[in-house]
Amino acid sequence: MYRYDEFDHAFVAARVEQFKDQVERRLSGELTEDQFKPLRLMNGVYLQLHAYMLRVAVPYGTLSGRQMRKLGHIARTYDRGYGHFTTRQNIQYNWPALADIPKILDELAEVEMHAMQTSGNCIRNVTADHFSGVAADEVADPRPFAEILRQWSSLHPEFSYLPRKFKIAVTGAEHDRAAIQTHDIGLHLKKNEAGELGFAVYVGGGQGRTPMVAKKIRDFLPAEDLLSYTTAIVRVYNLHGRRDNKYKARIKILVHETGVEELTRQIEAEWQALKESDLKLPQGDIDAIMTYFRPPVLPERPEGWGALAAAKKADAGFAAWVDQNVTPHKNPDYGVVTISLKPIGGIPGDASAEQMELVADIAEKYSQDEIRVSHEQNLVLPHVALADLHAVYELLLADGLATANAGLITDIIACPGLDYCALANARSIPVAQRISERFGAAERQAEIGELKIKISGCINACGHHHVGHIGILGVEKKGEELYQITLGGSADEITTVGEITGRGFSSEEVVDAIEKIVDTYLGLRTSKEENFLAAYRRVGAAPFKEALYGPVSRAA
Amino acid sequence: MTIKVLTANRLTDGEVVWYGADGQWRETIEGVSIARDQEAAAELEAAGKAAMGANLVVDANLIDVEDRGGELYPLRLRERIRISGPTIDFEPRRKPAASAA
Repeated sequence: MYRYDEFDHAFVAARVEQFKDQVERRLSGELTEDQFKPLRLMNGVYLQLHAYMLRVAVPYGTLSGRQMRKLGHIARTYDRGYGHFTTRQNIQYNWPALADIPKILDELAEVEMHAMQTSGNCIRNVTADHFSGVAADEVADPRPFAEILRQWSSLHPEFSYLPRKFKIAVTGAEHDRAAIQTHDIGLHLKKNEAGELGFAVYVGGGQGRTPMVAKKIRDFLPAEDLLSYTTAIVRVYNLHGRRDNKYKARIKILVHETGVEELTRQIEAEWQALKESDLKLPQGDIDAIMTYFRPPVLPERPEGWGALAAAKKADAGFAAWVDQNVTPHKNPDYGVVTISLKPIGGIPGDASAEQMELVADIAEKYSQDEIRVSHEQNLVLPHVALADLHAVYELLLADGLATANAGLITDIIACPGLDYCALANARSIPVAQRISERFGAAERQAEIGELKIKISGCINACGHHHVGHIGILGVEKKGEELYQITLGGSADEITTVGEITGRGFSSEEVVDAIEKIVDTYLGLRTSKEENFLAAYRRVGAAPFKEALYGPVSRAA
Repeated sequence: MTIKVLTANRLTDGEVVWYGADGQWRETIEGVSIARDQEAAAELEAAGKAAMGANLVVDANLIDVEDRGGELYPLRLRERIRISGPTIDFEPRRKPAASAA
């Protein structure tokens, strides 16, 4: 894992001191709210419905046991005993007092963490495939490049006041688990025929009120050009992105209004001026960062094969969990464990202080001291020996963390919604809970198969509803919550924006509507192997609309 | 007109507060100062601005409420949730009972 160098320590410490002073001046009245608000936002501090909220960055979703234990400690000491893992691989605390936040940042700095650039119109925390470095299908670990981008973008003077926020995601596998095409810049790390590393570069993806799928502007950018090319993109955006209208300020609108070809031309022209500058990455620097992400030396554990088979035979619950939540590791003696933060009827992404501490302990003992946060609001133990899976399962089970539902209908993404969020128009969490309860039976989930439901409580789409196989968007209509349903979205290597089915549903109706959609799918799929998305892509919206709204009269 | 009350978040900890009839900010809506006409609403608005200026609260807003048999009922769900807190069982439960197996 990456360790802060002297420069990292110094700038994080300086920033904590600076913010401490700003908070003191705010509390003493020396700074007004108008003066303070942009400063607090640069440090991840929002004001929500009931309290302040602090969003802490988890760079590319990677944590050590010590860091996770600190997150639990903060939850218990300064908050109400829990935290919420987000769709950007971050963690949010819902109840910190403003006066305590400098102390929290001090504690985070102790474990090389911070809350910078988790909000505001800057380059946000760079996200990555949560299976980076371990997935059997990966070409190369993209996190060294995410770290290079983190260093480059942190407090970048030119890019601290962009027209709007700017999100970058990286993946190193053909199968995209990082939703790169829904980001301002999406980077797909791959190798060319000569075996050299480079990136396919996507620009202009985003969700929110104007969802757009990113456009590929380069098929292979040599790795050494990562920073010069990214700088060129962000510079063109900074110059020409709209500042007159908040809703048209993201780079996706610039791509749309300028046209991909013309914008690519501008980026390439800018890049020509930068290509040979000091932004060109020396191989030595890339290698130095890569050293931090070298895969751990994993002892051979071949005894796990037999042990696993025997344990599965003896324990049906364990077998179901292994089948659903453990995915192949590059090393066949090991597995990648998804810890579901979606207990049936629970709150997606929430974890208690005790749960965080337990995960920290397990990671230290059984997963090479490494944990990941996924954008699907789950946690991941990346290196668990097959021989240790049963022990890990038993520990997780005792604290409600062994729900065997990764990728199933109850593995729902949901934003905090109107239960917490000052921007929301409707609640998300209770809808997720009711859907989870409706479909919670293990046999039923297994029968339905892979199905991603994503719920947002407003058009800002933090719950990624546009790219849910089934998306749910909460709106407010005449003082009531109303839920619009979209179908057919996806955020993988074939990213699509879901289509709205028609009129929305009341809070009372929405779970029944989801059930009708699911039953319709079950009735029309060609076989169990045809998952919901594949079936939807084959038949289109019509059968689902008919199930929801009744037959459409066909005029002759 | 609908009646209005003044609400905000306390500066130090973000706690939801209402402006009381006694001129103090309180943590419950009971005993809140109620504006039943334009003039009273303007006074409340001024009190909100003054309190923000004095750095006691942030985000002070007048909200619409109905008097339902003596109980104040905000018209927007958002404001009702600000009174009740999250509508979900949000604080961590105790550890679940050990598996029956």
